Amino acid sequence: MSAQDSSTAVSRVIVLQGRGIVGGRAEGEALVTRDRISGWGGIDPRTGTVIETRHELRGVSFAGKVLVFPGAKGSSGWSGQFHIARISGMAPAAMLFNEMTTKIALGAVVTHAPSVTDFDIDPLSVIETGDWVRVDGDLGRVEVAKRARG
Amino acid sequence: MRLTDHEKAMLDGAHGPAKQKAMDLLLRYGNALGAERLVETRNVAGTIGATTPFMRKFADERGGLDAVFSEFNLDSAEVVAIPPVEVYSSHLQQGIDPEHAAQQGVGEEVVRIFRKGDAYSAGLGVQLLNTCTPYQVGNLPARGEHCAWMESSAVIYINAVLGARSNAEGRESTGAAMLTGRIPYWGYHIESERRGTHLVELDMPIESMSDWGMLGYYVGDKVQDKVPVITGAGLAPSTLKLKHFGAAAASSGGVEMYHIPGFTPEAPTVEAAFGGNRPREVFRFGPRELRETYENLNATARDPDVDFVMLGCPHYSIEQIWEVCRLLQGKRVHENTQLWIFTPRATKQIADQNGYTRIIEEAGGYLMSDTCSALGRVIPQGTKVAAVDSAKQVHYLPAIMGIQAWFGSTADCIEAAVTGRWKGGLR
Repeated sequence: MSAQDSSTAVSRVIVLQGRGIVGGRAEGEALVTRDRISGWGGIDPRTGTVIETRHELRGVSFAGKVLVFPGAKGSSGWSGQFHIARISGMAPAAMLFNEMTTKIALGAVVTHAPSVTDFDIDPLSVIETGDWVRVDGDLGRVEVAKRARG
Repeated sequence: MRLTDHEKAMLDGAHGPAKQKAMDLLLRYGNALGAERLVETRNVAGTIGATTPFMRKFADERGGLDAVFSEFNLDSAEVVAIPPVEVYSSHLQQGIDPEHAAQQGVGEEVVRIFRKGDAYSAGLGVQLLNTCTPYQVGNLPARGEHCAWMESSAVIYINAVLGARSNAEGRESTGAAMLTGRIPYWGYHIESERRGTHLVELDMPIESMSDWGMLGYYVGDKVQDKVPVITGAGLAPSTLKLKHFGAAAASSGGVEMYHIPGFTPEAPTVEAAFGGNRPREVFRFGPRELRETYENLNATARDPDVDFVMLGCPHYSIEQIWEVCRLLQGKRVHENTQLWIFTPRATKQIADQNGYTRIIEEAGGYLMSDTCSALGRVIPQGTKVAAVDSAKQVHYLPAIMGIQAWFGSTADCIEAAVTGRWKGGLR
């Protein structure tokens, strides 16, 4: 399947198909990083902020965002930290990622945020921070409305 | 996923609500992974503690430690009564050292909650090893044994050095495994997934502990969560060097398995390590890479006045405590500096017997157990600049506590503790 352009002139919509691993639907602004994310020691779950010293999102909050990233790294406290972020109301609205690990699988499951992986098109190649993204975790379907850039 | 009759019965609630919740989580988790089935495990290492302010508040508001276990070990908002564990389970490191609460700035109320938590865990049959290194205090799984361990530095150790089989599990999956004796059969449980993927060739001898730490940090950064194979002339790994190497590789990347042909059990040769895989990439590690890694590890450090020297990440062995005592003999920790060394509670008892605790305390330092600075967020009040001998700790501590931290050898750290100044450097 290839990227589909919508017919509307207002914004370009791209559809990605993957495998939903946590069901449900959510939408929000994309927050995209090419750096893998550490859970424990990499985020502050009480604010949903990345704190890792040399991370490109350092100081940025993912709360309520559709987080698009390669995958998880670091401590096995990954799921526990995203779990706390959910209980604190600071979890991402949805998660889209490429690399399957136990950290991200368990982390996505306990975050209860609709999550999709195994995409036909690499989400990192088409989604940019600020795009509006609709995620259907049951169907594994992701719609990306490109933000108008001038 | 395919479930056995016993697993189906647990899922249907025939063995009580806690096991039902545990199976429900394992099923959701296994499906997310794409696992086809679960595997039996009789060795679980995880954490069920609730000493952090967040967890204490949660326990207070939601119904005590069963509520914490239900939510954070079973992903169940409904509070279920937690029965004793089904299989041998070890508790990992905790949030405080109850014997050094005053030094760690921890109030009596928190110590009371900690002891209540210890009693709760022991009541469930969870072994109170309270360390990130269960393998240093008697929990040594056999080669091929399926485990469900949390704590990335321990998982990489039992996989690579012992040949046991575990993925880096999390708080929730180890909780579910404690109650069911099951974990998804995926990743490093499967023979073919354990083979090497990347080759790292050494252009320089790797000898000291800090060399091994820097090599691990470099390798993790390069291969991320893949399986590196390390080759080079004159390698002489030891338990401690592999502990440090693995902890570093697991923090800069997500390495859970590696091979050192001729040393680690699944790699008699380079060919065996790759098991038919072609190396996807070859990295060369020499003086330039060492220098670069050293600079990355010291990225947060500017001020040479050191307030705090933290040793014991991963938890120190008795050999490392002995070494520190030899370095400290006849010296005193500087008045502006604190020295804290972390070790498993069982190892601390040996240090007490050997007189090492007294040597450290007489020099003005502390030998602590059960926790560490990064995990417990415990550092001396007012610390601005720390010094550590662990690549893993320097990766985490500055980010978590908002301080500077120097990385160097154990000897550099002891010198900083004694003089109050950082004089370390790459040699």
